[in-house]
Amino acid sequence: MSWKPVLESAGLDAWIVRMFASIDERNVSWLSALARRCEEAFGDALVDLVPSYTTLLVVFDPLNVSPSQARAIICETLAGLEPEETAHEGEVHELPTWYDISVGPELQRVAEGAGMAVSEVVEAHSQRTYKVFALGFAPGFAFMGLVDPRLECARLDTPRKRVPAGSVALAGLQTAAYPTETPGGWNLLGRTSARLFDREREGFSLLRVGDRVRFVPVSREVFEREGGNTTPLEPIT
Amino acid sequence: MTQHNSPEADIRVLRAGPLALLQDSGRFGVRHLGVTQGGPADIYSWAWANHLTGNPWGTANLEVTFGGLKLIAVRDLEIAITGADLGATIEHKPVALWQRTRWKAGDTLTFAAPVSGLRAYLAVCGGFAAEPVLGSVACVTREELGGFEGNGAKLATGDELSVNRSGSGQQLANAPTEAPKNVLPDFSQPAVLDLLPGAQIASFTGRSLFDAFNTWWQVDDRADRMGVRLIGPRLNCKINTLISEGISLGSIQVPPDGQPIVLLNDRQTIGGYPRLGALSPLSASRLAQCLPREPVRLIARGSDAVLKEHRRFRAVFHSESV
Repeated sequence: MSWKPVLESAGLDAWIVRMFASIDERNVSWLSALARRCEEAFGDALVDLVPSYTTLLVVFDPLNVSPSQARAIICETLAGLEPEETAHEGEVHELPTWYDISVGPELQRVAEGAGMAVSEVVEAHSQRTYKVFALGFAPGFAFMGLVDPRLECARLDTPRKRVPAGSVALAGLQTAAYPTETPGGWNLLGRTSARLFDREREGFSLLRVGDRVRFVPVSREVFEREGGNTTPLEPIT
Repeated sequence: MTQHNSPEADIRVLRAGPLALLQDSGRFGVRHLGVTQGGPADIYSWAWANHLTGNPWGTANLEVTFGGLKLIAVRDLEIAITGADLGATIEHKPVALWQRTRWKAGDTLTFAAPVSGLRAYLAVCGGFAAEPVLGSVACVTREELGGFEGNGAKLATGDELSVNRSGSGQQLANAPTEAPKNVLPDFSQPAVLDLLPGAQIASFTGRSLFDAFNTWWQVDDRADRMGVRLIGPRLNCKINTLISEGISLGSIQVPPDGQPIVLLNDRQTIGGYPRLGALSPLSASRLAQCLPREPVRLIARGSDAVLKEHRRFRAVFHSESV
């Protein structure tokens, strides 16, 4: 690591550990290692750990440890830290995805921006294996990257009030799939039949930080058979 | 609807009002999945409501925002209402706040409108009964998690609510019947909020730092359980946006328009705006009682003094449980 980690106060019960200056796939193995060691070091005093692209938020119980004690614990865990391959490193989640204008209306926009045919956009998007950098925005919403730079596309000027669950989307150099229906301003390319967030499933979220993901193009028939919702998108209102 | 799985209703909702939510202490250990914390926006008042009804820390009670709620008791219940004065009455007689009250079967309990403060807490002895989702009943509408149905639904007219029956007599015997005068908050006084400086505070201009702590900020209309926007002088930060990172309760983020937003219980779990720091948990609670256009002031505090106050607050609720 060329960058020295920095601890910043995030209030009475939290520290932000700033590990890196920029986004990189390799950050994940360091952040996972730090998270694991914090779990061991804090024990019952740990409330939550929120990893993101370059940081780990460590939330602790201030009845149990003071902010300065927590800081000391984190500094200890940072000493001699080694990157850790995540448990899911070998596994690639394959998300069956129906790429179609009716459920992915921005296929056209992205194609025009890239000077490519729609079929080439689908190919470029589905060819890569993405890394999950962060979860947030909504339960199970995974920010993944990085996409083929030719597909880079700004968010919509006016976000949609309702983006259907399963929508596969693109913003900047990142891609994601919407676990539930929410408002959203990302470019929609298609829809996956995968259930991304399920409160009945152990672990709840299909995807975790550090996981690898591929979008696998499927036909409408396969998508429907897998339980996908083919309802066309409403126009932006 | 609740009635499908509740053999007996203890309370019926005659009129739901704008926003009444079931809240335990919050949803923890799942924030790395993008699931927010939820829980009472004013944990101070929430804790006292439970304490006065003999409920242990963490028991679910009802957060009533603005008022407008009308309930009828099916059986006699011991309750306490704390937090905002929303003009609560039982059968048209005012309910004394911050103390235990007998709510008799057949009587209606009505919350009218804010007199002072914004959110009232209604606790019943034994606690409301609901199935936890992801470890908590905290109701987060945006995430469709928690509440009486498990799906994040706020109270609706016609809902039937159940109350746990376990050991009510004994738990009341050890509980205070009213809160001492010196613990009662005065929501009619302007709020002075403790800010623990942190994060990107060094990247704000000197002028903006002066303004941040020497301004009576005004609470904006855009205020909910996710966050409260403050209106005042424009704060300028040398950083416009950050790579998104985890955000803690009470964090004060400053988007490019320079108007700070204090993030509360239902905030998104990660965000990318520079921050001044974070309010103490008790100050976040105090802010959650502010109505739009009320003035608030920020003061910078060190963590030692704030920690002492926080531990003193929490000690009240843990002495009786052992």
